Amino acid sequence: MQWTKRHLLGLEGLSREEIATVLDTAAIFKEILGRPVKKVPTLRGVTIANLFFEASTRTRMSFELAEKRLSADTINFSASTSSVKKGETLRDTARNIEAMMVDMVVMRHSSAGAPHFLAKHLDASIVNAGDGTHEHPTQALLDLFTMREHVGELQNRKVVIVGDILHSRVARSDVWGLKALGAEVTLVGPTTFMPAEIEGMGASVSQDLDRAAEDADIVNILRIQRERQEGGFLPSLREYTRLFGVTSERVAGMRDDVVIMHPGPINRGVELAPDVADGERSVILEQVTNGVAVRMAVLFLISRVRASERTEDAELLAEVSI
Amino acid sequence: MKRILIRGGRVIDPAAGTDDTLDVLIDDGRIAEVAGSIEADDVSTTVDADGRIVAPGLVDIHVHLREPGNEDAETIESGSRAAVHGGVTTVAAMPNTEPPIDTASWVEFVASRKAAARVLPVAAITVGRRGENLTEMAELRTAGAVAFSDDGCSVLNAALMRRALDYARMVGVPVVSHCEDPALSGNGTANEGLSSTRAGLKPVPAAAEEVMVARDLILAGTTGARLHVAHVSTAGSVELVRRAKADGLPVTCETCPHYFSLTDEEVLTYDSSVRVNPPLRSRTDVEAIREGLRDGTIDAIASDHAPHTHEDKEVEFDAAPPGMIGLETLLPVTLTNLVDGGVLDLPAALALLTHRPAGILGLPHGTLAVGSEADVCIVDPTTSRTIEASWFRSKSKNSPWIGRKLRGTVTTTICRGEIVSAENGGDTGADPSASPGRGRKLAVHA
Repeated sequence: MQWTKRHLLGLEGLSREEIATVLDTAAIFKEILGRPVKKVPTLRGVTIANLFFEASTRTRMSFELAEKRLSADTINFSASTSSVKKGETLRDTARNIEAMMVDMVVMRHSSAGAPHFLAKHLDASIVNAGDGTHEHPTQALLDLFTMREHVGELQNRKVVIVGDILHSRVARSDVWGLKALGAEVTLVGPTTFMPAEIEGMGASVSQDLDRAAEDADIVNILRIQRERQEGGFLPSLREYTRLFGVTSERVAGMRDDVVIMHPGPINRGVELAPDVADGERSVILEQVTNGVAVRMAVLFLISRVRASERTEDAELLAEVSI
Repeated sequence: MKRILIRGGRVIDPAAGTDDTLDVLIDDGRIAEVAGSIEADDVSTTVDADGRIVAPGLVDIHVHLREPGNEDAETIESGSRAAVHGGVTTVAAMPNTEPPIDTASWVEFVASRKAAARVLPVAAITVGRRGENLTEMAELRTAGAVAFSDDGCSVLNAALMRRALDYARMVGVPVVSHCEDPALSGNGTANEGLSSTRAGLKPVPAAAEEVMVARDLILAGTTGARLHVAHVSTAGSVELVRRAKADGLPVTCETCPHYFSLTDEEVLTYDSSVRVNPPLRSRTDVEAIREGLRDGTIDAIASDHAPHTHEDKEVEFDAAPPGMIGLETLLPVTLTNLVDGGVLDLPAALALLTHRPAGILGLPHGTLAVGSEADVCIVDPTTSRTIEASWFRSKSKNSPWIGRKLRGTVTTTICRGEIVSAENGGDTGADPSASPGRGRKLAVHA
């Protein structure tokens, strides 16, 4: 057991052993998800609040399903119906939710660092479900889990991440996780989509997808948001697709066993051709399945840390009372 | 007639090149004598300065006092109390208040408020700081404006900026330029670099500052007007100013303590007290700022004291308004990071806090010259303290120095010949603008 953290705010700074612990635990939960009865009582009595200050369907459903499979009690909060629109601050919102004796908070927010802010102010454990363009740790963990299922240990494996790296929290978390596990990471995309000094995170950068991906074990394709063209990042989506779109012709130039991934939702025909998305190298739907198992693992491991804190408190109290 | 004798301190007056153990006699609000051993009759207060530094009161030419409009964050009175607590006796108050200081009556309002320090209004360059029409600069100058600035944003229209410089030249005061191209800075909150990439914060490139510095230097050359570049934060800006000075342009610039002390790695904590505009920069920029201070390219250190309430700052990093308070930490941060850091000796560091900023605005302050108004800052250089929020006199506490150790304690501040802040007694609540000959008697704690 290598997991001692009471929050999951990002993958930056996590050790190889900690990540391996999550992935190993997720494998157990994935097995449970394959049973006829998919539910375990592991988190019975634990209350989890899902705070989604930013729209998300997939991640939210995945977390909710993970929580239900673990028998946790859940409450949901979304910005569209929330008091945030009435001017309530994040801290007040969170304190109200904590006053309801919530144990864990799953949080999606458009501001980078918002989960760190909450972690400073609340006793509840915080699981970052995506903060601005900072990190999306559970997405990266499910990516790593899926990669490991297909290529085995990731030490020295070559991973290409292609697309809008600048605005991608997934890319940042993937890089931290992959580097911790010893993989080689190449980030591919137009120069306008490359964050400053990203090489400092340990990844290399290329603008030549064909060359970067020719010997890659895995190609992970990021979503291109159409509004980026209006923001001046791209001359046109057409040109983006021509330079960086993953088509079957491009895949033909890659290794036969290359694994094609995408965090979804896909812009079919922009960053990824439909026949590749649905093709035999694609593991996109497996990623979705694995997401539930990985999130169960994260919630479980954090709840174990909380439970051990409570035990230590109880032991301390017992000593004092003696 | 009030006579104060400061005995036996290390008197450092960079304007005069003085650095010696001397006495200072203040008589009727002015420096009467600076000499080895002064025997004076009828001294109302004697301050023992043995082991302490006796310097001119500090001159901070870039301060936000938030009044009118945001008095919950700061008022002219509370901000001036913070000033004298930090040894600052003269502050230039920026006009980005609500409403902005763009009419003579608002300039007079700022100048006339009760204050423990000398508060000098800076007036807006353009009406409403909207960047469309020039303010009535001549009238504003007559009302007491010491400079013009739309601080908080650049005058984007280059032709208008040219006219502003031209007109200010006629009026005889400098234009203080906030150099930022908003098209490049966008809604960024952190310096563009590895830290902004790691933190996922929207980046502000150095170029956002530098293209505007370059533009304004060119316009200063075109007009011959006096341009002062505010809060320089990048290596490129320092180099641009260095070259402009070498070309003989009438240009000055300032930096702030955080730009020579903190790097952009601070944003990785998401502590909103380090959200400033321009943002904290890279280690390379910090080194370039230090070099600019060393070689004289940078003319002054200003605090850019920017108070914000706890409620305003205690939010997500990108939702927090930019700015940190700085009046009270101006000197200790300079001593700790420039003097102890081996960048400047003490007299050179004090010059950047006294007569050199005064010179930028053409003020007769920042000196202990006989006959000048008696503004004095007495410092115990031996003490270090861990800064606590409760130590600040400012209404706001948004400081990244809380919890960090800084050297140097201002033990006594004298403004216009009145002791306005003293150790143990704290600030005296004195109001020099209302005293000798103007009414109010002071409780002196020395």
